[in-house]
Amino acid sequence: MTDLATYNFAYLDEQTKRMIRRAILKAIAIPGYQVPFASREMPMPYGWGTGGVQVTASIIGPEDVLKVIDQGADDTTNAVSIRAFFQKVANVAVTTHTKDATIIQTRHRIPEQKLAEGQILVYQVPIPEPLRFLEPRETETRKMHALEEYGLMHVKLYEDIAHNGRISKTYAYPVKVAGRYVMDPSPTPKFDNPKMHLSEALQLFGAGREKRIYAVPPYTEVVSLDFEDYPFEIQKFEQPCALCGAEGVYLDEVVLDDKGGRMFVCSDTDHCEERREHGHAGAMLAPSKEAAE
Amino acid sequence: MYVAVKGGEAAINNAHELLADRRRGDRSLPSVTIGQIIEQLGLAVDRVMAEASLYDRALAALAVRQSRGDLIEAIFLLRAYRTTLPRFGASVPLDTATMKVERRISATYKDLPGGQLLGPTFDYTHRLLDPSLLTDEPVDEPKRKDASDERIMRVSDILAHEGLIEPDGEFPADHLAGDLTREPMEFPMSRDLRLQALARGDEGFLLALGYSTQRGYGRNHPFVGEIRIGEVEVEMEVAELGFAVSLGRIRVTECQMVNQFKGSSKAPPQFTRGYGLVFGQSERKAMSMSLVDRALRAEELGEDITAPAQDEEFVISHSDNVQATGFVEHLKLPHYVDFQAELALVRKMRADIEAARNSGKDLQEAAE
Repeated sequence: MTDLATYNFAYLDEQTKRMIRRAILKAIAIPGYQVPFASREMPMPYGWGTGGVQVTASIIGPEDVLKVIDQGADDTTNAVSIRAFFQKVANVAVTTHTKDATIIQTRHRIPEQKLAEGQILVYQVPIPEPLRFLEPRETETRKMHALEEYGLMHVKLYEDIAHNGRISKTYAYPVKVAGRYVMDPSPTPKFDNPKMHLSEALQLFGAGREKRIYAVPPYTEVVSLDFEDYPFEIQKFEQPCALCGAEGVYLDEVVLDDKGGRMFVCSDTDHCEERREHGHAGAMLAPSKEAAE
Repeated sequence: MYVAVKGGEAAINNAHELLADRRRGDRSLPSVTIGQIIEQLGLAVDRVMAEASLYDRALAALAVRQSRGDLIEAIFLLRAYRTTLPRFGASVPLDTATMKVERRISATYKDLPGGQLLGPTFDYTHRLLDPSLLTDEPVDEPKRKDASDERIMRVSDILAHEGLIEPDGEFPADHLAGDLTREPMEFPMSRDLRLQALARGDEGFLLALGYSTQRGYGRNHPFVGEIRIGEVEVEMEVAELGFAVSLGRIRVTECQMVNQFKGSSKAPPQFTRGYGLVFGQSERKAMSMSLVDRALRAEELGEDITAPAQDEEFVISHSDNVQATGFVEHLKLPHYVDFQAELALVRKMRADIEAARNSGKDLQEAAE
C-alpha cells in the first residue's frame, strides 16, 4: 500500500490521455460540437473543474507554463488548489502572467489581455449543453443539435425580451460557432463573449461530470445569439477600476462596510497588477501613493 | 475572507491541518485501526466498496477512517484510486447458484430446497439500545452449521421449470460487458450498463425510487423471490490456458425480485424479474436496485412510462452520489463574477421600473 502514491506524469495514465486527445481532436475538427468522452474519476470533486483538469492533464508537457484562474483571479482557493495539483503531479512551471502562459485553465472568465497564437485556453464547464434548461433530456438535445433545430433557444431569448424588455441572460450566454453549432461558453459573463470570436488561441472546453469535450479552434467565428432589433451587448461599468484605473474591463464589486460603501476592482487580478506596475493608479490607490511621495 | 489575495495557499494548508486534527480527535483516546473498522464497522466498509465499485476491504476501511466516517467522501476517495488501476480483463459471470450461502430467504415460498436461512440479520432484533455495548462485554461464539458443498438452487430456477418466469436475458455471443467508467455513457443504455450504474448508485437515492414504485409511481407488483448473501468465486478466462481460473472469493448480496406481469403487446403474461447484486452485505441496496431495475424495464416490456423510477435518463443521470455531491457542493465555490452580472441586471431592471413608475406619475399629475 505504500506505492499507492505513485502516479503517471500529470496524473492520468497514457491510455486515458490518448482517449482524451482523440476527443479533443474530434472537437477541434467539429467546432462547437460536444464530443462524449469517458471522463475519469479525478481526485477532486465533480463540479470543481474535473473536465478542465482532464483536458489540461492530457495536453500538458514538461515544457509548458501553466496559469490557473477562477473568477479571473489566480489566488482564489480552487485556482490555487488546481495549480498546486499540477505542480505536484506534473512538476510544471506555473505563472500568473497571462502572456507567459502556454496553457491557461479558467473558470468563469477569459483574461483581459488578448491571447496569442500558440496559447491554449482550457475552460471548466459545469453544464455543456446550451439547450439543457430548455430541454432536460440528452436524447432530445442531441437530436436538436443534429438537425440544427435551435428555434427553442430563439423563442427563449424572445420571451426574455417580451417579459423584461431585454435578453436577461448575463452569463453562459449562448453563441453560435462557425455558423453551425450553438454552444455554451461556460458560465463566463457575456462581457467575455466577444473575446472568443476569431481568437488567436485554441479554446478547449472540458465537462467532467457530464462527460463532454468541445472546442473552438483559433480564428473561428463565435457569434452571440441576438436579434436585429435587440443586438447583443456586453456589460458596461460606470466607473474604472478603483485600483488600476482600467476601463472597458470586467469589474468585481467589493463591499467595504455595512453602509453601502463599495469599490469596483478588476476581476482579472494579473491584468490589474500589471497595470499598477506600469504606474496606472485608480481612485482608491492614488491617495496612498501621494502620501508616499 | 476565503479569497484573500495571496492568502489562498496558506489558508488551504491551514484548513488541511485543522482537518487532520479533527479527524484524529482527542489524542488521549486510542485511534481506530483499519482492522477494527473492517471487523466492527463492516457494513460501512461494504457500502464504500459497493458504491466505489472496488472490492478491497482494507482500502475501503482506510477511506472510511480518512473521511471521518463520511461514507460518500470515502466512496469518492476509493473511486479516485480505482480510476488509476489498469484493467486486465473481465471475469466470467458469477455463478450465484454455487454461493457459500450465509443468508438466504424467499418470500414467495414457505419452504424450498436449501431451506430458509436467516443469517446475520437485523430483521427480528428489537430496536432497543443495548447498554451492554457501552462497554466491551464478551460475545458468545455463534452456532455454526457444518460446512457443506450443497448447491442451493435459485428460486428463479424453480419458477423457470414451469415456464412461468422470463428466462435470463440473452446477449449475443460476442457481447462484451460494458463499462461506464471506461466508455462514454449514452442513452438509451443496454441493461448490463444500467445494472452497473445501479450497482454503484447511491443507496439512499435507489431506496427512495424503489419506495416510490411501491407507493404507486410506476407500480410493478414485486415479490422477493429470493435474497441471498454469501461468498462466490470470481473466475477469469486466461487466454493461454483455455479454461477459467479462480481469482478468489468475494461476498455479495443478490436479490431476485419476481414481478407480476399481465403481459403486453411485447411479452406474454408471465412473471418478470428485477435484479440486484451488490458487493458485501447490503440487502436494502440490493432490494432497491432490483425494484428500480424492474421499473426501468418498462420500455422493453411495453409498459407506459409514467413515473420517475421508470425514466432511464432521469434515474441513471442522478444516481451517482459522487457526481451529485460534487455538483451540489460546487455551489460553495466563488461565483462572484456571475453574481456581479446578475446584480447589474437586477439593478437595471429595477431602475427601469422605477423610471416607468415616475413617468406614469408625471403623466397623472399633468392630467390633474
